[in-house]
Amino acid sequence: MFATAVVALLITMALTLARALMGPTLFDRLLAVNSFGTKTVLLIAVYGFMTGRPDFLDIALVYALINFVGTIAVLKFFEYDDLGSGAYQEDDF
Amino acid sequence: MIDWIVWSVSWVLMLIGCVFVVSGAVGLIRMPDLYTRLHAASLTDTGGAIVISLVLIIQSVFVFGSAMAAIKVLLILFFTLFTSPTASHALAKTALLCGQVPTDGHGNPILESPEQATLLARSRPADYRSGQDGERARQEAAERRRHDDNAGDQS
Repeated sequence: MFATAVVALLITMALTLARALMGPTLFDRLLAVNSFGTKTVLLIAVYGFMTGRPDFLDIALVYALINFVGTIAVLKFFEYDDLGSGAYQEDDF
Repeated sequence: MIDWIVWSVSWVLMLIGCVFVVSGAVGLIRMPDLYTRLHAASLTDTGGAIVISLVLIIQSVFVFGSAMAAIKVLLILFFTLFTSPTASHALAKTALLCGQVPTDGHGNPILESPEQATLLARSRPADYRSGQDGERARQEAAERRRHDDNAGDQS
């Protein structure tokens, strides 16, 4: 059962990676990378169960959080060309 | 008996999860533009994560007998349910802000220009309590644009 899920997740990740490589716009690539990260979390968790070692779940947990922070950081960078300052809040709105 | 139930429920849920996940990837490949791809990918992301996490929780409780593993899977599910829709929303809004114009069913753009998409994304949240308000804001933006064009002609 876990082997089936691992194969399905690997197929999914390959397709997602194909979209990330050929995506016409930046956002397509970013969407694909974000989706790839979510699939990676699932893959790590399922693989841990497949080998009978659920300890891998810690890694999956950390990866889930880092994936989100990374996506938001890249999005913010492309939205404001900036990651830290609050200067845009004055003149943009 | 209980063993048989646990394994058959796990199998069924895992197959459902696999179908979700793979169909999401197929949608990501085959959909025509960014926003439809976003729709396909984000929905199946969340759905597949929920179903597969359910299988893992069932397995960790009944087969591995480890409550800690179940709690960790629950935490992963919790974070995924928070972060995945948030990331999709941020992605869609940034795409609109950067001037990606959504298209309708026939591939025609529904806004006149990338600037209008940026304007739509930058409007205040109070204007967007519902879809009708969004439609109204779009018409107002078109009106303003026409007005600006006329002003430009006169000067």
